[in-house]
Amino acid sequence: MSIIVDKNTRLVVQGITGQEGTFHTKKMIEYGTRVVAGVTPGKGGQKFDGIPVFNAVRDAVRDADANAAAIFVPPSFAADAIMEATEAGVSLVVCLTEGIPTLDMITVRQYMKEKKTLLIGPNTAGIISPGKCKIGVMAGYIHKEGRIGVISRSGTLTYEVVDQLTKRDIGQSTCIGIGGDPIVGLKYLDLLPMFENDKNTDAVVMIGEIGGSAEEDAAAYHRDHMKKPLVAFIAGVTAPPGRRMGHAGAIVSRGVGDAASKMRVLEEAGITVVKDPAGIGETLEAVLGK
Amino acid sequence: MKIHEYQAKQLFHEYGIPIPKGITIRSAAEVRQAVAGLGHIRLIVKAQIHAGGRGKAGGIRIADSAEEANKAAETLIGKRLVTEQTGSKGIPVNHVLIEEAIDVAKELYVGFAIDRVSACVNILVSTEGGMEIEKVAAETPEKIWMELIDPAIGLRPFQVNRIFYQTRLDHKLAREMGGIITNLYNLFMDKDCSLAEINPLIVAKDGRMVALDAKLNFDDNALYRHPELSDLRDDQQENPLEVEATRHHLNYIKLNGNVGCMVNGAGLAMATMDLIKHVGAEPANFLDVGGGATAAMVKEGLKIILSDESVKLVFINIFGGILRCDTLARGVVDAARELKINIPLVIRLEGTNVEEGRRILAASGLYFDVAESLKDAAEIISALIRP
Repeated sequence: MSIIVDKNTRLVVQGITGQEGTFHTKKMIEYGTRVVAGVTPGKGGQKFDGIPVFNAVRDAVRDADANAAAIFVPPSFAADAIMEATEAGVSLVVCLTEGIPTLDMITVRQYMKEKKTLLIGPNTAGIISPGKCKIGVMAGYIHKEGRIGVISRSGTLTYEVVDQLTKRDIGQSTCIGIGGDPIVGLKYLDLLPMFENDKNTDAVVMIGEIGGSAEEDAAAYHRDHMKKPLVAFIAGVTAPPGRRMGHAGAIVSRGVGDAASKMRVLEEAGITVVKDPAGIGETLEAVLGK
Repeated sequence: MKIHEYQAKQLFHEYGIPIPKGITIRSAAEVRQAVAGLGHIRLIVKAQIHAGGRGKAGGIRIADSAEEANKAAETLIGKRLVTEQTGSKGIPVNHVLIEEAIDVAKELYVGFAIDRVSACVNILVSTEGGMEIEKVAAETPEKIWMELIDPAIGLRPFQVNRIFYQTRLDHKLAREMGGIITNLYNLFMDKDCSLAEINPLIVAKDGRMVALDAKLNFDDNALYRHPELSDLRDDQQENPLEVEATRHHLNYIKLNGNVGCMVNGAGLAMATMDLIKHVGAEPANFLDVGGGATAAMVKEGLKIILSDESVKLVFINIFGGILRCDTLARGVVDAARELKINIPLVIRLEGTNVEEGRRILAASGLYFDVAESLKDAAEIISALIRP
């Protein structure tokens, strides 16, 4: 099993005819994702590799029965694309776009507050339930079907961790990148309960990084509500304060959000914290073996 | 993006936030004219740099005469100022702000920032102005008031009132302070700020309110829609290697260690720096070549790392997804040929086209320490850095 996406996910790709959209749509189809529609305003009625293209997400929902949206549109249009998909009634929006202005994302989040649609990202590698469905830009072949949930703020670091797991023959139920921006949709705190309730997930790996307090919130949830083991890594021990480390969200703001304090809070909540980024797979294997 | 205090004050002025009378000078020759123009006896002379801790480092001086102001400005302009935030080499002082000195009756703090948890802009106001707000939050949290701002309705007058009356300032100031708060909010929203601070906002002995200091940071993601802000960028305040990296669309941050690293993806780059530390060395930089890196970008990245003289070893850690390992390998081989690298180069490749990448490295005839995994790389680095 898995969470959020599976064989029943019917995807509409916003920006399907753009360079990124085209490339990754092909990769998603190769992986087995059911891409049922694309949206590019002005190109409605055309076909993309046999997939119908619409002018608006609402048309894709009505005519192609899409229930999830992937967004590959440039940063200046991406916030609007998220709201369009939400308004059209899909149950999931995955926004891959990097570089959306923070104030735009504030508007998006407030708009989505009263809606049922889930948002993953922006600035994420996406979500994958190995063997079932991939919405995103991650390399599919490094994943393996299995029973470990993975939640991360970072793209390539997630590949690294997944690779360590797969090479130890430990498969994954679902892997989610929550995104590296200060304002994102689903966070650890929203996803941990889903993994806790998923009877086909045995344990969760959480890959955090400096900045904000999402990891601390997750720690409190795990301590109070979770029975499944959680293994965590926090990137950014060596990050200097006040500097943006690639991800817009990865700034240690004046003593808040540094790696050491995050690790301390996680350990106090009974979570296994891995210090060595090369030892995450090994540690999880040990935890599962107990 | 950061800007200077004098630039932030210019924006304050445009938005109707009162600032002290002052003049910004760019060379020692302009000092006398500026001081004469201000016509005040007591003046404040402030070095303009993109770093805090100016006061303690002697970057802010009080002058009781035009002569003293001259002297102070001349000793600051064109020099490098070292503060607790700048590193030992300091930052060049290319601008000095000379302002009227104002007698202070009360110091306040007003700041707008992004609250991640509620996904809103929030305002913080404190009666403990002039101190770092983090220190106030830790020591006297009861003296800080906060309001979250719903983006659909904006900052409401009732919120401004609520904050004002909690400060217990004389109600005669309500209108003036309310105006300052509202104007700063409008500035924050109009210009896509990530931080807007007045610390301190003062009540002068003569009763007026003035922004004595000004700090504005802008959201890098939103700069594309503010071409008017690009003139405010001061590259001289940044590390020259970082400026060079930005020109090549690389994300580089100089650090103080001796193991250079080049990685794709910000999270993996941070983890790679942590791995370097974990094996007992110190990272010399953060360098994310990004998902769409070309062979040329990889080459430029390597050049930038190697131009840092403290670098004794370079670790290239690539998990190919969008960036293919063969692209990376070609860039590395090109760079190694051109730059005649004479320090160890540890390379770890994984992911898309990894076999082809490794083949290119092996066939180049150059020597690289190729690692099979992150763990393997850690062991190689650990062995190489031992004296």
